[in-house]
Formats: sequence, C-alpha cells, structure tokens
Amino acid sequence: MNYLPNILFAIILIAGIGYFARNVKKLFRNIKLGKAQDISDNKPQRWKNMAMIALGQSKMVKRPVSGFFHIIVYVGFVIINIEVLEIIIDGVFGTHRIGSTILPASVYGFLISSFEILATLVFIAVVVFWIRRNIIKLKRFMSAEMKGWPKNDGNFILYFEMVLMTLFLVMNATDSSFQALESGNIISQYIAPLFGDNPETLHIIERSAWWLHIIGILIFLNYLYFSKHLHILLAFPNTYFGKLTPKGQFPNNDLVTSEVKLMMDPDADPYAAPPEGATDEPPAKFGASDVQDLSWLNLLNAYSCTECGRCTSECPANLTGKKLSPRKIMMDTRDRLEEVGKNIDANNGTFVDDGKQLLNDYITPEELWACTSCNACVEACPISIDPLNIIMEMRSYLVMEESAAPMELNNMMTNIENNGAPWPYNQMDRLNWKDE
Amino acid sequence: MSEQLIVPTMAEMMAEGKQPDILFWVGSAGSYDDRAKKITKAFVKILNKAQVNFAVLGTEESATGDLAKRSGNEFLFQMQAVMNIEVLNAYEVKRIVTCDPHSFNCLKNEYPGLGGKYEVLHHTQFIKELISSKKLEIKDSDYKGKRITFHDPCYLGRANSEYEAPRDVLKTLNATLLEMKRSKSTALCCGAGGAQMFKEPEKGDKDINELRTEDALKTNPDIIATGCPYCMTMMSDGVKVKEREHDIKVMDVAELIASSQGL
Repeated sequence: MNYLPNILFAIILIAGIGYFARNVKKLFRNIKLGKAQDISDNKPQRWKNMAMIALGQSKMVKRPVSGFFHIIVYVGFVIINIEVLEIIIDGVFGTHRIGSTILPASVYGFLISSFEILATLVFIAVVVFWIRRNIIKLKRFMSAEMKGWPKNDGNFILYFEMVLMTLFLVMNATDSSFQALESGNIISQYIAPLFGDNPETLHIIERSAWWLHIIGILIFLNYLYFSKHLHILLAFPNTYFGKLTPKGQFPNNDLVTSEVKLMMDPDADPYAAPPEGATDEPPAKFGASDVQDLSWLNLLNAYSCTECGRCTSECPANLTGKKLSPRKIMMDTRDRLEEVGKNIDANNGTFVDDGKQLLNDYITPEELWACTSCNACVEACPISIDPLNIIMEMRSYLVMEESAAPMELNNMMTNIENNGAPWPYNQMDRLNWKDE
Repeated sequence: MSEQLIVPTMAEMMAEGKQPDILFWVGSAGSYDDRAKKITKAFVKILNKAQVNFAVLGTEESATGDLAKRSGNEFLFQMQAVMNIEVLNAYEVKRIVTCDPHSFNCLKNEYPGLGGKYEVLHHTQFIKELISSKKLEIKDSDYKGKRITFHDPCYLGRANSEYEAPRDVLKTLNATLLEMKRSKSTALCCGAGGAQMFKEPEKGDKDINELRTEDALKTNPDIIATGCPYCMTMMSDGVKVKEREHDIKVMDVAELIASSQGL
C-alpha cells in the first residue's frame, strides 16, 4: 500500500507528458501542412541568432520595462524547473528532497535559496504584467483582436504562474525538516510562521502544496498547446529559422521565373508537347488564400506568436486607425490552421472542404491593402516573426489569381506594363528632365 | 540659368567605346515626378562637380518592377526585371547608384536571383564615398547651425540596415542634426511604401504622412531631410497639411549637399 503515491505519481506524470506529446505531434503535423521551404543554409548564423534573440532575449530588452520583467520570468522559469527534477525523482521513488541527501548541505541550500528568490521575483514580475494588462490597460493589450479569449488567455497564464510560485514557496515553508536545515529557506522562513507549528497540519499543507505544484506544472504544460504561450518553446526554432536576408528582400517566385524565362526565350516553342516526366498536377496557385498555401515557416511563426502586440504598436497603418494589425494576421493564421487541423482530425486524416479560407473569412483585403511593407512589424518582433511575408503572399493571390487589386493599383500596373513607369508617360521621355 | 548638366547615356558611351565607372539608375519618380526631378538634377550636379565617370540608361531604362512586386504582381515584376537585366548585362554594368531606395532595394536584393548581379549603392552612400575619397569637398555651407532632422526611408533603413550614410553626409554641413523620437530601426514609414503612393489609403483616423510629419515637427526643425522621392512627396504634403511650408523645407540629402556648395 506504501507504493500507492508513487504509482499515482507515475500515472499522473505519464498522462501529463503523454497528452502533451500527442498535441506536439499534432502541432508538427499542422505546421507541415504548409508548403515546403528549404531553410538549411548558414547554420552558424542561425545558431547565433537563436542564442542571441531567444536565449539571450536581445530584442526583448529594446523595450526596457517589459524586457526587464520578462527576463526575470524567463530566467526564473528555466532555473526553477531544475527543482522539478527533484520533485519527479521524489515522486517516483518515494524519497523526500533527494537533493538534500545527495548534495552537500551548502550546495543544496544555495540552490533552493536561488529558487526561492527567483520564485519571489517571478511572482512580482507576473503581478506587474497583470497590472499592465488590467489596471494600466496598455494600449497594445486593448486592441480589437485582444477581446475575449486572447485577453483571458493572457490572464490565465499569469494566474497559473502566480499559483505555481506560491505553491512552491508554501511547500518549502511548511516542510518542517527542510526549515530545520536552516539553509535554503531564505524566503520561506518568513512565510513559515503563517502556518503555525502543528506538525500534522504542516505535513498536510506541505503534501498538498507539493502535489498541487507538480500537477499544476503538468496542467500548465498541457495548457500551452491551447494557448498563445507556446512561444516559450517555439521561440527557439522560430528564431533559428528566421529570415537572414535583408528585410527588404522579398523572395522571387520560382514558378513565375520559369514562365517568364519561357516567354522571353526566342527559341521556345509555345506548341511543344510537355517534356517527358512532366506531371499532370494542376498548376500551382500563385500566392496564398489559405494556410496550406503558406510556407511551413509562416505557420511556425503563427504558432510562435505570443500576442505581445509590439508589431501592431509600431505599424503605421494601425497607428493611424486602419484595420490592419500584424498581430491579428498572425493570430488569424494560427486560428485558421487550428481549424484546418481539427477538420483533418474529424475526417480521418484528410481535409474536407469547409467552405472557408484564411482570406475573407479571417483576413480581409482591406487589411492587406493597408500595409506599407515598411517592415516595422518584422523589426519589432522579439522572436523573428515575419507578418509581412504572409501579407505579401495574400496580396499576390488577390492580384495574380483574382485580379482583385484596388483600381488605382491596376491603373498603375497597366502603366508599368505599357510604358515602363507607374505613370502614363512615354518611355521616350525618360531623359527629358536633363534639359528642363 | 545654371550650368548645363552633363548626362551621358550608356548608348552614347558605348558608341564612343567608353565604359562608365558607375551607372546612375534614375528611376521612374526621378525621371517623371516634378519634385523628384529636382533631386535627380541635384545629384547629377554633384556627380559633375566630382567629375564622376557615370552614365544613365535614358530611354532604355524601365521601371524596376518594385511597385508591381509590392502590389503582389510577381509576374509583372519579373518581366520588368528580366528586361532590365538584359539591358544592364548587355552594357556590362558592374556598379549602380540610385536616389530611390525602392529601386536600390530591388536592384540590390531581388535582381541577383534573376541573373542581375551588381554592386548597388544608394546615393547617400555614394556621396559619402565621394566625400571620404576627397573627390567632393564640402566647403562652408549655408546650412551651418540649421536644424535638420532626417527621416529614414524604410527601404534604405530597416529594409537594408543603412542608417549612417545619410547622417554622415549631413554631418559635413555643420548643421544641428536632430533625431525624431522614432528614428533609425524604429522610424515610422511616411505612408508611401508598398505601392500606397498610388492609391487612396484605407479608412482610418489619420493619414500616415501627417503622423510622421508630427514626429518631425516635434524636433522643431528648419529642414526635414529625406533620401527617397516618395518620402519627399509624403513629407512635403504633410508639411503643407500642417501649414508649415513657409518656415520648414523638405529637402533630399543630395539637394542639401548640392545647394550648400552653390551647385
């Protein structure tokens, strides 16, 4: 009967990790719904970017206040998780604070002290974040796309973290044998008196806090998939695969290149039979009207977005009251991808047309045409997300598949086609300025 | 009447068996837009003064296709690019300078993949080069002590990480350089990019150029300096909307350098 807690613990642990693994698999599958894009170049630079931007938080600190508190939460999160290792070992083997028996007292004390300090700092930082969202009501957290679930999601995460940090400190405070060590309890010694000195009560509170803490962590882990909070994991691959070429360089569409080359080739025979081995696949679509038309990197970007809104707060269109919000572009892409994923799950692995798409049902042409392609959103993103690429892919679809550009742009493009300038001036007049 | 501009074309040079050191890509705005033509001429005056061996394509130049690409018309862009590359390669062009950051970005970053590989410079980079190699000497300027704020063009700044060249050139004027609160990598767009220049803005509560002009006015400038023909239009309109055209000038970096030297 003594093994009951151990078995229970193992079951909870396996279930928690197992369910998360299942969802991670789904996540991979959904990202792979995107078009292939080869990103195998320049590995040293990519590792460096990941180290600087994700691990080193170099872009977070561009905004010093949120950057500072974010680093506390980030460092706290990573380091306090070392404690989870001890909890797991204790849970599986029925030991109690295995670290205190195998590590020298001074080392163990130092570790737990650091965890306690960090837990306190994380708690404070999370409270600051909560105040920014709910009391100060920072403009970027109040945008139209942040109503309802996204707002609640942001707060739930903060509550989760507050509760987890509290449980960790209470667990230490009510652990009589740990308090007796008089080492490592740098914060919890001040909380301990709150719980009195009845050994039995203390033991019950300590055990409850311990169990709730580990169960809470597992719930939080599984919450990630359903939340914007996936960035804590995906920021790393996202910064690794982030764009390395100049921000102004938009990729050239190879499909178009081959057509243009064919048109320009004087030897090309327009009536020639398709070459041997040519497939009968329908001609690929230009641009993107749904998530499957975007690249897998666009989709990884969408899952990585944590809706901080730095992009939107720098967007010239958004700042002047237009509907475009780069954050909404990312959220819409993710939400549509989730919808497509669920459709595939419900239909035994194949997507059944649901009469919806990313264009119009989520993102409107009005938003797409408001973009100045200024790259402010790309520059602002702390984890190298590129909303502009999605906007351009969708514009491409509108123009090349639906000829649905605003009329003035159609006129401008007709001019370029006819006389090589966006205005209706004769190409022969190009040098007239010289003598004017 | 100022001195006659010397503007050889590639065709003329070739006929004489000469090869210029650099091609000046004038761009559509620089060729046809009345305000931008003044920038083009100011830059040519600098080139003439520094005795640069350059040429233009003249009537053989055509739109880069940048506008088509930003509008989503990849096909039109590549058609323009392939035609231009054919011309540029036929003349064995190695180096290009342009006053338009959009052409600059397009030629520098998007042409190589289609077979057009050149060293491409923005005119502020080239002027900086002329000054540091002593080919262009900046003597005492009329702008000494004037308050100048530089508006970063998106396609020079964020798009290609060039923030210093225009500022380094402006520094030679001994003026007081002022930075807007949003500048360099966080500079606000003038509102013209992404082909917005050619269409009405979507519904909102303000025009972008007005907001950007407000940024500039906060520095209390005498002159708003730009490095892009489209920014020029937007900022000039913005200054007019704010009814400040009587005391604030909008000028391209090339115009400031040329006029400071009495060119």
